[in-house]
Formats: sequence, structure tokens, C-alpha cells
Amino acid sequence: MNAHNSNAHDSVSRRVLLTGGLATGFLLAFHVPLRAAANEPVQKDTTDGKFAPNAFIRIDETGRTILMMPQVEMGQGTYTSISAVLAEELDADWSKVEVQHAPPSDKLYANPTFGLQVTGNSNSIRAWWLPLRKAGATARAMLVQAAASQWGVEPASCTASKGEVAHAASGRKLGYGELAFAAQSQTPPKDVAVKDPKDFVLIGQPLKRLDTPDKVNGKALYGIDAILPDMKIAAIANCPVFGGKVGKVDDSAAMKVAGVRKVVVLDDAVAVIGDHMWAAKQGLAALKIEWNEGANAGISTKDIWQNLRDASAKDGAVAKSTGDIAKALATGDRFEAAYELPFLAHASMEPINATVHVRPDACEIWTGTQIMTRVQSEAAKAAGLPVDKVIVNQHLLGGGFGRKLEPDMVVAAVKIAKQVDYPVKVIWTREEDIQHDVYRPVYRDQITASLVDGKVAAWKYKIAGSAVIARWLPPAFQKGIDIDAIDAAVDAPYDFANFHVEYVRAEPPAVPTGFWRGVGPNNNVFAIECAMDELARKAGKDPIEFRKSMLTKNPRMLAVLNLVAEKSGWGQPLPARVGRGVCVQPSFASFIATVVEAEIDDIGEIVLRRVTSVVDTGIAVNPDTVKAQIEGGLIFGLTAALYGEITIEKGRVQQSNFHDYRMMRINETPKVEVIVVKSGEAPGGIGEAGVNAGPPALRNAIYAATGVALRRLPIDRKLLAVGKKA
Amino acid sequence: MATTLTINGETKSFDAPPEMPLLWVLRDILGMTGTKFGCGIAQCGACTVHVDGKAVRSCVLPISAVENRAITTIEHVGSTPSGAKVQKAWLEAEVIQCGYCQSGQIMSAAALLAATPNPDDADIDAAMAGNICRCGTYVRIREAIKLAASGRQS
Repeated sequence: MNAHNSNAHDSVSRRVLLTGGLATGFLLAFHVPLRAAANEPVQKDTTDGKFAPNAFIRIDETGRTILMMPQVEMGQGTYTSISAVLAEELDADWSKVEVQHAPPSDKLYANPTFGLQVTGNSNSIRAWWLPLRKAGATARAMLVQAAASQWGVEPASCTASKGEVAHAASGRKLGYGELAFAAQSQTPPKDVAVKDPKDFVLIGQPLKRLDTPDKVNGKALYGIDAILPDMKIAAIANCPVFGGKVGKVDDSAAMKVAGVRKVVVLDDAVAVIGDHMWAAKQGLAALKIEWNEGANAGISTKDIWQNLRDASAKDGAVAKSTGDIAKALATGDRFEAAYELPFLAHASMEPINATVHVRPDACEIWTGTQIMTRVQSEAAKAAGLPVDKVIVNQHLLGGGFGRKLEPDMVVAAVKIAKQVDYPVKVIWTREEDIQHDVYRPVYRDQITASLVDGKVAAWKYKIAGSAVIARWLPPAFQKGIDIDAIDAAVDAPYDFANFHVEYVRAEPPAVPTGFWRGVGPNNNVFAIECAMDELARKAGKDPIEFRKSMLTKNPRMLAVLNLVAEKSGWGQPLPARVGRGVCVQPSFASFIATVVEAEIDDIGEIVLRRVTSVVDTGIAVNPDTVKAQIEGGLIFGLTAALYGEITIEKGRVQQSNFHDYRMMRINETPKVEVIVVKSGEAPGGIGEAGVNAGPPALRNAIYAATGVALRRLPIDRKLLAVGKKA
Repeated sequence: MATTLTINGETKSFDAPPEMPLLWVLRDILGMTGTKFGCGIAQCGACTVHVDGKAVRSCVLPISAVENRAITTIEHVGSTPSGAKVQKAWLEAEVIQCGYCQSGQIMSAAALLAATPNPDDADIDAAMAGNICRCGTYVRIREAIKLAASGRQS
């Protein structure tokens, strides 16, 4: 462990315990208003000797360099990558870089794409690439100016590197710490230049992650690890039926459980507060609760699918249309298919939790969230306090996957904490976590296409499913189009001269829907790539050759496809019931081609043998992180393909824990090879893409091995047993 | 009820019901949050600790079963030879993503290496299949265990 690691540890992990909450530190740092990266004047921060040129960089007189993280760390490596981008242009000494969670502030830290302080859609690096480089370069320029002025030389005659400004002609050098005070009063350059990528020293290097040293020894602090003086623990039971309410509660037995302090009855949930989680759980089990199950008590998966299939028969809103689709579909060899995807839970390893202390004049929250400012504003409503009286202390996330883009757990915890005067940590058991998720929607995708001369001459694609965007970001839902639901559908990579995409909004009865890792493309890439394989077979062509013939205008896609064919051994002979399947996807501005090799035994069980993925994500800020995200994303997606399905009966979720909502395990994990190609293009997104590659590539491997064209997930083994045809 | 346990070489006394799982004693009474809650039914391995050197799931382990046993948690496993090797290999292979399951993964791997210094793939599968990683770091977990076993760490 070097000094750098222990510093990161202080900043990210220990500070919560050492100071009783990150907010203390942040309030000190932020009592002087600081400018946003681009458009507010620099405030003179003369109170603590720090150089604070913008919302992201703090350098003190010792050279300690603290970088504020506008995006959250949930495993995707963004704290290290964002730091590398800032430190690159700052020419910081990487060994002195520490990171801190940013506090909630849309003004300072809104994601430039969303206008909200949100982490999702694989866009942390994409959205912040230029703003953070400019923030780093501006700070560097001010440090150089400070040194030049002290030496009475031209700034242009100075250079900066590893946290020092040097004047070669006179041999003088000053460290950033020594310059911090003087730099603060420099005028920032108006239009600062960023580096030529050929001069990068940090970007493009497989830098060691800043957050991992504390993750091997139990010191890293997730939301669920918050500990406060006088804190109690609560377990919660939400109404098992979606939309149902609490009827009667008999807490006489629960209150007799040793360690139980209080039973809190909310509108739609009951919580038991205890000295520890065991008391709270025992207390919850001892409660007698009568629920008013309400209108959804009769809903089942069957109804939901009927509802979706009916909706998908209707015309949708046209998202994109080129050529003459009706005419083109009337000629050639016609193909029609519909693909269906199930509800999925997120099942982050860190179960849903939030710790809240409601005081008369303030509400303080400790949690790991993907959406800091929304948590703050929703908590304010629940607490009945102004937004500026809500303090949110961000933590590391034990997985996010989109679940923590919702504030519901914090709102519930605020309602519980309002009833007591001490801090309460509310923990969802795994059963509550799985049964009260905000689910990846069910989707039905219809593809109608025609083949002429062995190529797709017409492609009509209709997506039916929930419009998560309409609920989550209403202004972005325009003219009946959910921009997430059509993502990767309207920009299919192939040369389709006649191309038509429609979207039908179909909200499932009762079941709340939300973003799930891979978001819109995880549905669309599956349907498109399954259909492409079926079309290849109809055309009598090899799946890769078929795709290549329609990628003439997409050189980045074509290049990764060619390389994956070579690296995966595509075309080499395989034993019986072993197949290879391919998936190509341009999603999140990354270009990825993946081959899965799988064996299907006589009873239809699947053995994953090998996965090869070639990735062009533009400039890979941290190539090892890119590799890790694809490796992990593949497993996440393959897990869903093999096992993932949430079903509903009598208005309630039937799955409850990892025994019936299964995850892939190490013994099922194939060999995985990820190749990151060199590219000078702007960085693409990478956190979600691997998720979307696995399912269609596996499905196509099964198609190759068995001839069975599966059209729904998860994979139905019964259809794959010897002698069965779909 | 007063209970005394030996955790990480130290004697800890506290009041708790005998059937209370060790996990919640560690986290909520002793404030040792490195051991994680994942499922509560011994399905995911996030809560793995060592009892007399063997990997066990603390979420279903009543404290009455571990009196007079040597309990080791993630906070202290680095002081065992296999634990130190595993932690080092985990960082060298950059295994970790969100990290929430990794306390349990490391505890399982350290117990494996203590018992089987040169595990093959089947040994690794057998020892590690009880630990779920939602980020999907299994490929690197396998690499890191082999790295730790090889002694080739830098």
C-alpha cells in the first residue's frame, strides 16, 4: 500500500466515520460559492489557502490534490477514469490525487447530457470528456501563470508536469502546493486549449483503480455500512401486492421481541426498528399485518403478456423511416418474427438501504445513489423541509445497475425516520429487494423484413414496452417516443435502404418499471441480432458474412467484426451440439462484436465454453477498466439470458432470493477474452455494452448448435432437448 | 445474554440472543462492517468469515455455535499468509468492481488456498461457487487465485 492508496482510502471511505458524515467536510469546502466548470466567474477562495479553480479541483499548500467526483462509483471504475481525465490536463502528480464524492448540486455537478446530477446510460466519460479536460487545463494554466508571474517570465516559457511548473531556461521549479495560494488569484484563461491526445500520459494507461485497495480489507464504506451515534436499524415489509396498502397491524408480539424499539406503520409498508437487524427482522416476522391488497391483487404474468401482445398489434409512433417501407416489404423474400423479453430485477449485491436522521431543522441522509439531487429533493418533500435543509452523504454503491436511479428507498426511510428522533438505517432484506424493485420492463419486438439478393432490402421494427423515460424524465418523452426504448433500434448498424422503426408505449398493469443495466439497447440489440441470424439462414449465408455484406458504411463496426471472427476461431469445426453465435452492436457510441461458443446437452442444459469480444470504444481512458466492464457486463447479460425472469401471480412477485432468482456462478463462467482496439475517436460508453452482447450471441450459438430459433428469454431448456423444435 | 467470542484474535463480550447470526453481531453490535449482508440464507457468500480457518456463511451461523472458536473476518484476514496473498493478487489482477461481494470472495479464496495451496479449476469452482458476484468478476477471481497460488506476485 503506497501513500496514494491510503489517501484515497481517507477520502472515499474513512471520512464518513472519521467526521460523522461527509457533509461536514463538504460544508467547509463549499461555504464559499464556487463556479461551475464552464460559465461562472471564479470566486476568490482565500479562506483556507486552497486553490479551488472550479467545482472539481482542490489543491492545498502541501500539493494534496483532491478531485471531486460528479459521477458515482458503483463498480464501473469511473472515479479512476474521471480522475485520470482531470489529472491529465492538470498535469497533476497522480500519486497525490485523492477523490471525494461530490455533494448534491445540479448547478455544479449536473451531468452535461441530462442536466441532472445522475450517473447512468454509460455516459460519465462521454458527457464529461471535454468539460473535465477544460477544467483541468484551466487549473493548469492558472498554476503556470502564478509561477511565471513570480519568476517574471512569460507563461509560454514554462512547462508543467507531475504537479510542478518548471522554467527550463533558468532551471527553476515550483510545486503546485507552493503555487496554490497565488494561483487562486489568477484570471482563468478564456478559451483554454486541451492536450493533443498524442501527449497524454495518464489517459490510455491501465492505471490502478483508486477505490480498490479499501475493497480488499473491509474498509470501503457502502451506504449499508453507515454507523452513527444512537443509530437503530429497521427492517421493512412493503405490501406484497403492487399498489396495496396497510390494513390492520397487530404489533403485540413484535414489541415483545428483545431489542425491538418501535413499529412504524406507513401507508403501504410496515417497519420494525430495533437495536440491530436481527431484532428488527424477528420483530417483523412477529407482526400480524392485514393488507388491503387493492385493485392489482388479481394480476398475473399471463395478463401482462396479453396486455403487451394486444398493444403490440397496434400501430406505433414512428421513430424513424427512410425509403419506402411498404413498397420494399412487398417485394423479395419476407420474414416476420416477434421477440419477447421478461421482467428483470436488478439484485445489486448491496441490498436496498438508506440511513436517515430527521432533526427538527434538517434531514440528513447516508446512502449510495445514482441520483443525488433527486434523492435530496424527494427527501425534502417527504420530510416537509426545504431542499437546502436536506444533507445527502454519498457512499460507494454495492452495485447500481439502474436501481439506484430511483429515490423510493430514501423516501421510505425518511418517512420512517420522521417518527423517531434518532438516526435509522432501513435495510431491505433480499426478499424485499427482489419483490419491490422497479423492474426492467417486458418488451415485445416485431420485425418484418424482406430479403433481396441475399441482403435485407426492407426492415420494419416495432418495439412495444413501457416508457420509462415518460415517468423518469417527462420532458424527454415527446410525440409518443421513448428515446431510451428506441436506442440502438433507430441507429441499427446495417445498410438498410428501407428502414422503419415504430414504438408503442405499453405500460404493464401494476408493475413499476425502470432502467436496468444495458437500458433500451438491451432489448433492441437482442431482437435485431436474433433476427439477423434468422435472416442469414434464410439467405443461406454465414451469419458473419451476411452481416459484413451490410456494414459497408460502418468501418468501425466492420473492423471489430472481422477481428472477432479471427480471434474466436469462427468457421473452425466444432463437435455436435456446439455452436458459435455472433452479436454486433453500436451502442453508447462504442462498437462491439462478440462471439459466444456454447454446448447444448441432450436435455437442453447449456454449457458456456468461450466468449470473445472485440471493442472499439474510441479512446479508452483506462483500457483495463474497459476490459473489466465488458467481461463483467457479459456475465451480467448471460445471467439474464440463462436465468432471469420475474413473474407475477396474484399481484405479487413470485421470486424472492438467489435460489429462485438465479445468478451465474464461477463454475458456469466460460473463458472470456476481451480485445480493446486502439482508436483515436472520442470515448464511447462501456458500462452497459457487455450486458447487451451476451444474450443475442448465446441465443445465436444455440441456433447454430440446435437449429432452434429461440424468440424469448430466458432460454427455455425444454425447447432445446434432443428432438425438440421451437 | 452475555456472550464472549474470539474475533480476529481478540476477545469480544456483548449481550445478544444465542440464536442471533454472527453477521449481525459483527455489523450491528461490534461495528465491523467489512462482512456484508447479501441474502440472509447462505446463497450468496457475501457474509463469509473463517471459523477455525474454514469458510462459513455468517448470516445463518448462530453465535451459540461459535463460542470458543477462532473467528476471522475480512478486517484481519490480511494477517494470515493466504489472506495476504489473496488480497495482493486481487489488487494485482484488478479483480474488483463494485466490491460489495469481494470481502466474501476473498475469505473463500483465502480458506481455499490455506487448505489447497495449488488449486486447479475444479478446486476453485468447488470453493468459490457459493460466492455470487453481480458485477461478474469471476474471470479475474479465477486468475487472481492462480496468481496468489503461484507466488508470482510482484
